[in-house]
Amino acid sequence: MNVPAAWYLILAAVLFGVGSFGLLTRRSALIMFMCLELMLNAVNLTFVTFARTLGDIGGQATVFFVMVVAAAEVTVGLGIVVAVFRRRSSTSVDELSEMKG
Amino acid sequence: MIAIAYALPSILVFATSALLVLVGAVGVIVLKNPVHSALSLIMTLFGVAMAFVAQSADFLAAVQIIVYAGAIVVLFLFVIMFLGVDRREAVRVEPLVGQRAFAGVGVFITTAGIIALMARSHWVTGPPAVSSGGVAASTGSGNVRELGTAVFTTYLFAFEATAGLLIIAVVGAVLLARRERSVTPEEGLA
Repeated sequence: MNVPAAWYLILAAVLFGVGSFGLLTRRSALIMFMCLELMLNAVNLTFVTFARTLGDIGGQATVFFVMVVAAAEVTVGLGIVVAVFRRRSSTSVDELSEMKG
Repeated sequence: MIAIAYALPSILVFATSALLVLVGAVGVIVLKNPVHSALSLIMTLFGVAMAFVAQSADFLAAVQIIVYAGAIVVLFLFVIMFLGVDRREAVRVEPLVGQRAFAGVGVFITTAGIIALMARSHWVTGPPAVSSGGVAASTGSGNVRELGTAVFTTYLFAFEATAGLLIIAVVGAVLLARRERSVTPEEGLA
């Protein structure tokens, strides 16, 4: 008998919370990307848990696509970080304030 | 919910994966050195992979290790080393006064709200004894075959679209990170 789905759902919710807290408080763009990965993993865990509970393979297929999109997102995001770093010698998002109104 | 004596191994697996996930996640947001954060992220990814295996998502667990821990985190580390930002970040200073407090309160409310919503709706599916109970998971063996069938039939269009997405992402990354020679920096792509 596996542990109830609720335990995994709570774990995923807490992981999502930790990731979003890091995203809101850290200033380095690299760390913010890692926090984004944490949040994506929390959502993936929720999908897999529901796939198990409902006996539906669609949840796992969705996780598969989320992983692909996450890989693409990290590739482009890190490219942007490298490009920004070239011009400003910093990865702090606080310094990207040119478009401030 | 009815009190059922759950098998000790599954509880142990859950406890271990939860410990790995949470310690790693807190490490990511607390550690000052980006390299340490990236290594901490690997710990979280392994914990999530463990939870995947425990829920009979074997293929996804393998992909999690290979793609996330093996490729994405290595890419992170590569960029960290490449840019030479593997130094301290002043985590102590707080440029926006009260940002941490506001973020903490907001995140707490959001997380508590999610959990409360799920609890009120009986975790969407109800206790396993009442709901149909995982058909795919009940066999005990992994469901790689089912997942492959679903991806290549039901989700075929999405699967092909991801191929296009990956190509576009690669081209975009090359364009963004390339250093132009003849153009002046002011009118460069970056």
